[in-house]
Amino acid sequence: MKAAVKRRSGSRWAGWLFVLPAAAFYVVFVIQPLAMTVQYSLYSWDGIGVATWNGVQNYLRVFTDPDLFAAILNAIKLIVFFSAVPVVLGLAIAATIRRIAASRLALVARTVIFLPQVIPLVAAGITWSWLLSSTGLVNQLLTYIGLEKITRAWLGEFSTALPAVGVIGAWVLLGLCTLLLLAGMSKIDPALYEAARLDGAGPLREFVSITLPSLRQEIGVCVTVTVVAALASFDIVYISTQGGPGNASMVPGLEIYYLAFSERQVGVASALAVVLTVLVIACALPIQWLTRDRSS
Amino acid sequence: MKTARREAWTGRVLLIVLMAATLMPFLSLFVTALHPSGSYPLGLEWPDDPQWGNFATAFTAARMTELLKSSVLIVLGVVPISLVVATMAGFAIGHLRIPGRRVIFVAFLLGLTLPFEGIITPLYYLVRDMGVLNTRWAIILPLIGLFMPFSVFWMRAHFVNMPEELSESARIDGAGTWQLFWKVHVPLAAPATSSLAILLFLWTWNQFLLAIVLVDDPLQRTMSGALGAFQGQWGTDIPLLCAGSLLILTPTLLVFLIFQRRFVTALLQGSLKG
Repeated sequence: MKAAVKRRSGSRWAGWLFVLPAAAFYVVFVIQPLAMTVQYSLYSWDGIGVATWNGVQNYLRVFTDPDLFAAILNAIKLIVFFSAVPVVLGLAIAATIRRIAASRLALVARTVIFLPQVIPLVAAGITWSWLLSSTGLVNQLLTYIGLEKITRAWLGEFSTALPAVGVIGAWVLLGLCTLLLLAGMSKIDPALYEAARLDGAGPLREFVSITLPSLRQEIGVCVTVTVVAALASFDIVYISTQGGPGNASMVPGLEIYYLAFSERQVGVASALAVVLTVLVIACALPIQWLTRDRSS
Repeated sequence: MKTARREAWTGRVLLIVLMAATLMPFLSLFVTALHPSGSYPLGLEWPDDPQWGNFATAFTAARMTELLKSSVLIVLGVVPISLVVATMAGFAIGHLRIPGRRVIFVAFLLGLTLPFEGIITPLYYLVRDMGVLNTRWAIILPLIGLFMPFSVFWMRAHFVNMPEELSESARIDGAGTWQLFWKVHVPLAAPATSSLAILLFLWTWNQFLLAIVLVDDPLQRTMSGALGAFQGQWGTDIPLLCAGSLLILTPTLLVFLIFQRRFVTALLQGSLKG
């Protein structure tokens, strides 16, 4: 008996051999660079010469340099477009199409509205740069409905560049949110809705008292995914505005890229990288925790 | 009953509007791609003389054959290694219940929402010191590591639900852990691994940041990274840029349309779990 237990626990430790390759990749290419980012962030370094100790100066710069701090604020503003719009609109759409979710049209729609999620963000960026340009489809439509006055190069003007980038993000993420929420709604027991109907509840009442509470987990997932996408945005901004005009649509991801690889300020870039990482985790963890399905 | 019908109609109209809003950008891209190279067409305007040749020009200009080859090589590097390594880890953490599994699992979870920009700077120096900067390995190796938290998470979720008895009976038949894994568990994990393969394929194919930072030559990059370079080079020739973008999109679209059901399910599950 004792020998058997011993052999067993021995083989349990042997199980670690199975984890080893995965852990190795993770440690070498994620944990190690993460530690190096923290280390770099405390030095002043141009990437070539000798690095000199800089204490928390780089962090001070991230929070006091108006350009750098503006990038962080921009990322937070993008949450409205990347997160609030797709989730709210997704909820409204999913609630409306819930009853016809099994129809042929809905099945086709499922494939179609998923397309933005499959194509590279770079392609979405290029496509929308064209749509939002001065001769693009957006202005063409605006002119058509008599709003010629407000047509402009949406990505090229200070006041509209960031919202325009946000629109691209909303387009990319809306389909994913809608389908996730729809999948969640299909799991709700139809008897609940029938009972509500018998009690004389209207569609709005139904939505507030049955649909919303049952979708807690799915909403949590949508919010997490989209908030992370907003804070860590890179591809779309790089392609559509390069952070411009001026600094109007600069985001931390792009700023890190410029600082580290064009301006050779590795220390500041790393401090911003640490701030961004902390910000993402600080946003993702509480949302996950708040919306977690308590039963599982 | 009347409300239900009205709701169904609103739903249908909404679906059509939504599909139109999704497809319109692609349509604009397509129509623009048919205009004479170098012209400045309107967003949605059928050309008098459609230039189908633009696609051929863009195919040559973007060097599509080489790009496809490069992306395929990168995917072939990332996906199989990730699958094997993550399946093994998921098996050990979820099924063998190794001591300390909770700690190691949480350690992997921490990497789940890590923004790639957070570690891109050291990755550059790391990859350079390994001597693989500007080769496809510079994209392949870090991506395996960066996808590992999700891959392990995904495979663990599968193995946690595998009944203990399954392994017990195989062990009684004299199977060692290694055989148990390959002969019994790997075949049974096929649905989980194939969904994971789809997700990893998509994320690798679309990876942009690592491609532009770690590899200078667009021909050694992923499709996405090459598209970025293509925009830089042909950005002023709008019809040609549109044609090139469509071409570069086509492989993903084809793969998506062939495996669409799997794709949608995998991506929805993927985000639910992540």
